[in-house]
Amino acid sequence: MSDDVMTPEGGPPPADAGNGWRKEYWRKNLRLMVALLIVWFAVSFGCGILFVEQLNQVVIAGFPLGFWFAQQGSIYTFIVLILVYAIRMDRLDREYGVHERDHDGGLT
Amino acid sequence: MTETQVWALVFVALTFALYIYIAWRSRVKETKGFFVAEQNVPAVANGAAVAADWMSAASFISMAGLIAFLGSDGSIYLMGWTGGYVLLALLLAPYLRKWGKFTVPEFVGDRFSETVRSVSAVVAIIVSFTYVVGQMAGGGIVFSRFLEIPQAGGVAIAAAVIFTYAVFGGMKGITWTQVAQYTVMIVAYLIPAWAVAHAMTGIPIPQVSFGRILEELNALQAEFGLDQYTQAFTARPQLDVFLVTMALMIGTAGLPHVIIRFYTTKSVRGSRWSALWALVFIALLYTTAPAVGAFTKLNLLDGVQGKAVDALPQWVQNWQATGLVAVSENAETVNSVTNNADEFAAGNADLLVNNDILVLASPEIAGLPAPIVGLVAAGGLAAAMSTAAGLLLVISSSVSHDLYFRYVDHHASEARRLGVSRIAMGLAVLVAIYFGINPPAFVAQVVAFAFGLAASTFFPILVLGIFWKRANAAGAVSGMLAGLVFTSSYMIYTLEVFGTEKHEHIFGISPEGIGTLGAVVNLVVTIVVSMATRPPSHEVQEMVEQIRYPSEREETHA
Repeated sequence: MSDDVMTPEGGPPPADAGNGWRKEYWRKNLRLMVALLIVWFAVSFGCGILFVEQLNQVVIAGFPLGFWFAQQGSIYTFIVLILVYAIRMDRLDREYGVHERDHDGGLT
Repeated sequence: MTETQVWALVFVALTFALYIYIAWRSRVKETKGFFVAEQNVPAVANGAAVAADWMSAASFISMAGLIAFLGSDGSIYLMGWTGGYVLLALLLAPYLRKWGKFTVPEFVGDRFSETVRSVSAVVAIIVSFTYVVGQMAGGGIVFSRFLEIPQAGGVAIAAAVIFTYAVFGGMKGITWTQVAQYTVMIVAYLIPAWAVAHAMTGIPIPQVSFGRILEELNALQAEFGLDQYTQAFTARPQLDVFLVTMALMIGTAGLPHVIIRFYTTKSVRGSRWSALWALVFIALLYTTAPAVGAFTKLNLLDGVQGKAVDALPQWVQNWQATGLVAVSENAETVNSVTNNADEFAAGNADLLVNNDILVLASPEIAGLPAPIVGLVAAGGLAAAMSTAAGLLLVISSSVSHDLYFRYVDHHASEARRLGVSRIAMGLAVLVAIYFGINPPAFVAQVVAFAFGLAASTFFPILVLGIFWKRANAAGAVSGMLAGLVFTSSYMIYTLEVFGTEKHEHIFGISPEGIGTLGAVVNLVVTIVVSMATRPPSHEVQEMVEQIRYPSEREETHA
């Protein structure tokens, strides 16, 4: 990913938009957050607790599936969720011209 | 001295020297260095420091043992203590970093009111103190087993080392020491786990290979008259598992010593990536722990099953001295095992094994060589000390920054602020040593209390403070108090604290899980009271607006 992403929907919105960009940035942030939290809930509370007994009927590599989600799978999912969040927010920051100039810890 | 003790001594001395050296290299001269490490910590290093700060003596020493005895329901700790980082990364870290000052109470003070700040400072101190006592006691267990010195002496040595690096280096010294402690801790945890996994299944990746022994373990548990290991809801009802997991998640995200670590990154962006690194580092241990639990349980049951009392393996004898392992006087051969001292005392089991010894004894149980056993001792101490240091910093900053300078000395010079903060930290260390040696009766319930309180007080008002501009001071005060009163009343009702009578759980909800309902109570009360009173000032609403964007728009600079 390079810094010169000036795609039609990317790039800073026109200056006369006033605070419109803020609302849009915030709405996209919230949408991403809610989507990730739904996955967070479905995998940990859904697969690991609410439907654990049904999933345990399936056994893969010695692991009953519900047990695996509760003790391994949900943790891996949490890592992926934060990774997706950090990458998508970096992109969103750049799109709206509010990114910080340091390159601390990111993949880009 | 036995060979194990020599190795333990070598590893402990080496690692302690390393921590002190690092602290000396990063000593600080001003408050920004002391409280937030100059906000200059790279995301990866900060992630390692969060992981060390977070993974306490309980994570390192007790968790695998707890899981081994709880079986499937042990996942409350695994999901609860990792899932909270998703909430932290998405809901709190970037915004609190953007607002960027020194403490968590300071944020709620600016966002709501000075009253909320003072209440939060006191809650932060209480939560951190209850927690730090457990760390001190955990360090004592390690010392008394491996160096065979009295627990009091062990606690004092650990505290002296913490005192040296925390008081001089503040947050900056703590951060870099924690990076070293994380490394020691994870190496000490993974090496024996790999060795045990390899010895038992031929595959040295415990996360994968413990699947191979689950069936055997289920069968063996059945022979001991226990529930199947992978069977869900044997230790707690489903509703309670749900509530406890949620309470641990939102409690994690609300704990001041965890949140404050996201104030130290270079940028908002750094705080997001730092949360990712933190969880990666934590997951290395947390995905290994259930495997260690399962392997050790299998080894343990297999090693003692049907054995005559005088033919038990050597580790049983080694640990009997600590009182954490005991063989029933009436037993001739071992046919039942428990981790419950009351049940053992009632004569219902032949062998008592305390949760806390499983990780420390795992290399011995599996017959690994002495240096590895010594390494595990150093790792256990690193876990206890890194967390204790982080907690002491929260106590010190709350006492000096949020209380003393607010109310007593408003115009203190930089040098004086630093001096007072160091004295506060020194006193906190002394109090922690005292309670570490003479733990109050309620230490066993500390985890429930600390998490329940953090979940039902801080988390809801922090989230509402960031995401809902309309939340005001009246709402936050009543919400926090309602959550606090509701949660602590139920805990006092169901637990034996300060001589209160223990009552049955209502709807099977345990005191560990009540924090979830306390958080809901807090949330609802905050919203209702905020709506019924005047909205916050324009300035406050503008502040909430500002923390939503990592930096100014580029063209305003141009």
